[in-house]
Amino acid sequence: MAISEARSQTEINALLERATAGERLSREDALRLYREADLLDLGRAADLRRAAMHPAGQVTFILDRNINYTNVCNVYCKFCAFYRRPGHEETYVLTHEELGQKIQETLDVGGTQILMQGGVHPDLKIDWYEEMLSWIKANYQIHIHAFSPVEIRRIAEFSDLSVKDTLIRLREAGLDSVPGGGAEILSDPVRKKIAPLKDSTDEWLEVMEIAHEIGMRTTATMMFGHVEEDTDIVEHLDRLRELQDRTGGFTAFIPWTFQPENTHLKTNKATSVEYLRVLALSRLYLDNFENLQLSYVTMGAKIGQVAMRFGANDFGSLMLEENVVSQAGAKFLMPREEIERLIRDAGFMPALRNQRYDVLEVLES
Amino acid sequence: MSLDSIRQKIETGQRLSTDDALALYRSEDLFALAELADAVNVEKNGNKVYFNINRHINPTNVCVYAKSCQFCSFAASMKDDHGYTMSDEQILEAAAGMEAEGAREIHIVGGIHPRLKYDWYRGIISMLHEAHPDVHLKAWTAVEIDHFTRITGLSTEEVLADMQSAGVGSLPGGGAEIFQEDVREKLCGHKSWTDRWFEVHSAAHKLGMRSNATMLYGHIESLGDRVDHMDRLRTLQDETGGFQAFIPLAYHPENNPLPVDTFTTGLDDLRTLAVARLFLDNFRHVKTYWIMVTEKLSQLGLRFGANDIDGTVVRERITHDAGGTTPEHIRQEELVRLIMKAGRVPVERNTVYEEIAVWQ
Repeated sequence: MAISEARSQTEINALLERATAGERLSREDALRLYREADLLDLGRAADLRRAAMHPAGQVTFILDRNINYTNVCNVYCKFCAFYRRPGHEETYVLTHEELGQKIQETLDVGGTQILMQGGVHPDLKIDWYEEMLSWIKANYQIHIHAFSPVEIRRIAEFSDLSVKDTLIRLREAGLDSVPGGGAEILSDPVRKKIAPLKDSTDEWLEVMEIAHEIGMRTTATMMFGHVEEDTDIVEHLDRLRELQDRTGGFTAFIPWTFQPENTHLKTNKATSVEYLRVLALSRLYLDNFENLQLSYVTMGAKIGQVAMRFGANDFGSLMLEENVVSQAGAKFLMPREEIERLIRDAGFMPALRNQRYDVLEVLES
Repeated sequence: MSLDSIRQKIETGQRLSTDDALALYRSEDLFALAELADAVNVEKNGNKVYFNINRHINPTNVCVYAKSCQFCSFAASMKDDHGYTMSDEQILEAAAGMEAEGAREIHIVGGIHPRLKYDWYRGIISMLHEAHPDVHLKAWTAVEIDHFTRITGLSTEEVLADMQSAGVGSLPGGGAEIFQEDVREKLCGHKSWTDRWFEVHSAAHKLGMRSNATMLYGHIESLGDRVDHMDRLRTLQDETGGFQAFIPLAYHPENNPLPVDTFTTGLDDLRTLAVARLFLDNFRHVKTYWIMVTEKLSQLGLRFGANDIDGTVVRERITHDAGGTTPEHIRQEELVRLIMKAGRVPVERNTVYEEIAVWQ
């Protein structure tokens, strides 16, 4: 081994030790780890960090349902297999009755939340959303986690309102928290390539910041494995960490891999090794995020389980319905007993949580 | 439990005991297990990860053990509607054009048909060998060889030598299931006993044929049974050196009568590869069979001791009849990409691990 190589490994080891101890990493540190650290070393560091942040050894999940209230969308993202243009014969907007049926089914199996996202439907204004939210709250006791930042910004535009007023009105009508979708990669050159009509990095972050300011909690996602560079991934993590330092409003970070089937973006799928590297790096870099959620929907049950040893402490959702990803090729929907079995088999205690990541019930075997 | 004493044994080249193997299986230090297995693998095989391009032919699924092998979703009895037996034309069709695709091996295993004569089985080999003289025929599990001795009255050595002269190049590792006798009895009733499996492989090795060894795990067996299984293989390998690869096969739960309805977990798959790599110190190759555990898990398996990721497989029936949802073949570029993204060097091999092409 050349001397420079040995020195380099020593430096990487020192970085990993600092990260394991919970010290803050710089962007350069993150890039160096992502490029040079061995997969197993990165995994071990993330695993130790997860254990330090979650000493009870619990892995949480939530019982909820994804409801896509419309598939009409005029943002035309190249990576999306779900949307239909306005006027397309396969478009739909769910009626209150259809919504109600889905919510009742969710409650019937013990679900506590609906995750509701569109489509950005150009004809739907704030009144329509307010009516929908208050109708749900009037009829059902359920947490509403809904509308990613791009939807909120467009609702504001279509209704001639500020983002803040829009969020306040939605909250008053029943919105409980905001999902972190549409973040894709928070680096504008990448966004221009894959989603030229979508809001910019600053605009996405601004919606989240305003939501946090008015006291709402949100999550943050990242969709990688398409046209981004490793520097874009670090940029994404850094922008999130910076906002979290100021607001503390993010409950969890959820990275997942792009599913290229039936989309206009032709690329190789990120492999499991790349996914686990990004997951582990996220745990180490996002020192101010308590929860890191794995994505069994895109990675499958086996790698989903392994992800609990690469930094993740949350299994995500049982997910009664998931239209967006499944049309692009991922088909894994998992029974509750299976999630519990995988968590126990990995040496953790499964626990049901709500959207604030409070544990509702520890599932002793 | 600390792995220090085991680590020390490995580093000083001492053989692991069955208790060591169990301790490795049960250790919560997943990364230490991975690092040990990875280091031993790299010492043996460098950065190379092998794959081959092959076709699978399952000439019949009609099997006298259709009712007794509880884990099988592939076999049919004579009366079943889904029973099939391929004609000569269908068999030739299944192999047609394979050389042009770069395939160098046909993997041939099937059911134990109650009516078909030895000549039918032998005929498949000589016919394929004549049509594809440069292709390696990896054919018949020990269970099938055992059956041939019964229907011909020939000895194991005679059947193997005859098949060899017809064109069989090596034996696949199937039919091993779990060797521990009580588990085997529950799993597959009166199917060929453990002793016979070893007699067949031992005889093949002595005739100069190489073979593989499998283990079907994730059903009713205990971790102790798995280690016992590996221990018996290690013993024969000490004697003959004829095994090429150890191939753990993950049980698939669908469409069979065994009262186990779960797939193996990813961590179990990885631990099994790593323990096999460390315990089977006289095996050069450990294969992660992506058809059974998914290509995503197999890629990670390359860092848990595996140095072989099988191949591009066309017309796989046995796993898919049992609920396997992996694609039936994988493009070569995809395999190469998976291996490279795991930081390893892809090497296309033939059946006996001679290198055909190396991707630098």
